[in-house]
Amino acid sequence: MATTMVKPAGWGRLRLDRTRPKRQEIGPLERRRARAGLLFISPWLVGFLLFYLLPMVASAFFSTLSFQLATPDEAEFIGLGNWQRALFNDPNVWRAWIVTLRFAVINLPIGLVVAFGFALLLNSDYLRSRNLFRTLFYAPSVVPFIASTLIFSQILNSQTGWVNRLISFLFGIDATGVDGIRWLDNPTLIPLTYTFIGIWGLGNAILINLAGLQGVPTALYESASIDGAGWWRRMWHITVPMVSPVIFYNLVLGLVGLLQYFLQPFVLNGTSGYPQGATNFYMIYFYKQAFQFAQMGYGATLAWILFFVALAITIVVFGTARSWVYYSAEQT
Amino acid sequence: MNLLVPRRQVTTYDEVTARIKRKRLLMTWGVTTLAVAILSVWLMPLAYAGVTSLKTRSQVADAPILPTEIATFEFEDRKYEVFEVPFDDGDRELALVTRGRETSEFVDPSDPEAGLITWEGRWRTLEPVRSLSLAWGNYPEAWELINFPRLLFWTTFYATVTLFGAVISSAFVAYGFSRFRFRGRGVLFMVLMATIILPPAVTQVPSYAFFSWIGWTGTWLPLIVPQFFANAYNVFLLRQYFFTIPTEMEQAAAVDGAGALRTFFYVILPQSVPALTAVSLFHFFFAWNDFFGPLIYLVSNRDIQPISIGLTFFSGVYDSEPQLIMAASFITLAIPLVIFFFAQRVFIQGIVITGVDK
Repeated sequence: MATTMVKPAGWGRLRLDRTRPKRQEIGPLERRRARAGLLFISPWLVGFLLFYLLPMVASAFFSTLSFQLATPDEAEFIGLGNWQRALFNDPNVWRAWIVTLRFAVINLPIGLVVAFGFALLLNSDYLRSRNLFRTLFYAPSVVPFIASTLIFSQILNSQTGWVNRLISFLFGIDATGVDGIRWLDNPTLIPLTYTFIGIWGLGNAILINLAGLQGVPTALYESASIDGAGWWRRMWHITVPMVSPVIFYNLVLGLVGLLQYFLQPFVLNGTSGYPQGATNFYMIYFYKQAFQFAQMGYGATLAWILFFVALAITIVVFGTARSWVYYSAEQT
Repeated sequence: MNLLVPRRQVTTYDEVTARIKRKRLLMTWGVTTLAVAILSVWLMPLAYAGVTSLKTRSQVADAPILPTEIATFEFEDRKYEVFEVPFDDGDRELALVTRGRETSEFVDPSDPEAGLITWEGRWRTLEPVRSLSLAWGNYPEAWELINFPRLLFWTTFYATVTLFGAVISSAFVAYGFSRFRFRGRGVLFMVLMATIILPPAVTQVPSYAFFSWIGWTGTWLPLIVPQFFANAYNVFLLRQYFFTIPTEMEQAAAVDGAGALRTFFYVILPQSVPALTAVSLFHFFFAWNDFFGPLIYLVSNRDIQPISIGLTFFSGVYDSEPQLIMAASFITLAIPLVIFFFAQRVFIQGIVITGVDK
């Protein structure tokens, strides 16, 4: 009662409500609605408990065990032994992270720029039969990864692939020979090669960019043109800032996906890491330890390290968002 | 002088519009041509796969671009290779009969009665005539070798069974999150969304240990059962759609005495067909692509593997038969591609909703 004097009217009412017993705050109808709502979401609640929360707790517990799946009776508690091994005594973990992060650093910018560029082209007013082009540009994205990976690995084959034949034809150099461009065998080229291999997967990013471009109000361009801004300036000062939320979304999803990069290197090289460990991505190493060697304890530890790295990177990226991602007032 | 004085240009309205029109036309041509050029590079791998799948094994390495064979002509019960032979009055396609160092003898396939034709020059410098020969046999061969019907059956089985489970359960959950107030709704929804960024690896190890303990490894069960408990992507998209459905209909249904379940089935679901279709399509493509789960659970049971896993092992074993791998890849991509072309509108809208409204 004493504190209500300076507070706005709403606060007083809130206090008054509080004096009543809580049950009467919501009527019987609302209580029934609340129960119905919980019933509707119960499939997810149960699934979350069974397939997320419980395994996560178990996974944390596993990471303290020396636990071979084949001999569960011999599992023993080793404290932070797995963590120590992964972080300090196993050089493969660090190598796998270097391979994975180097790939992400090369793949992400290329992916973002290509997706944005394609979206610009598909949004151009000058483009005839735009819908046909949009469909055709998107179509390869529905090709199963297994098929596109096999096709691209053939096309990048140093002797018979079209890429090297085209390079030879265009530049008059012999790219197909022994000294040619060995896309799949040269460890330095691997990040670029695998970026090519996954390029068809950009379809979703292109579409989302396209939707972002369509959402930019034309009035902005008109007034900028009247002020004398050319194409390049309008691009940098209107288009890019206006679609930056979309770019941000693609960046976050791209990062999370790349940290878990697995299918392409596994299909082409199994867990061999060929050439010279250049395709020994983190998930490949995790798969090898957890499921090939059936080391449940060490595997769980590696999975948690992946989780913490993903979390840290996501937090950093979200932290930088404030300085470069533009959110208009009504969107917030 | 007259020349130094800038002449005033008189521009009529018609001239201006004509100039703008001309510029537009030029730009349209330029941009569209650019798009065609980029598109042909973008789709080039498809052409490569198609062409390579029709080559014989030796053609993959030898034949330039298209699957071709050197043309031959049968003359007096023997086969002779056909070459492009230059003469003063133009090139002629002739079959090489006797090979000599400086002079060779040819026969004209279109007029063999004329007898041998002598040509001065080195036959090794001649270009052989190639004709298209398509090895359609690669398709049945790959089909048999991989046991495609079995892979297709299991992939389709997995896709359809989990499609029902994932879509129906997600629709329930999305309805719960979009129309009811209950304590902790906001937090729970955040948790649901957060599962998108959670790397599946974190839950995979203990799940695998558990499923192997109850004897489910080597079966589809560990992959199918969890799909019946909704997932974040589907819930998000469906919830977004449910928000756009006006509540008046539901209120009317409530006045008529319909309960929440009845309202859901008879009012909400019939109005959500486009969103349900989009979610179903997404799920179908997801299932067609799903890799890590099938790999760890089905690696020991070759009889029930899906396409993604079967093709991986096949490409490892038939490494030296690129034409068969390409034929198999082509069969694999055909089904999703056909489905996409039939349902592209719904599909594309769905992606835009999940991507932009977030």
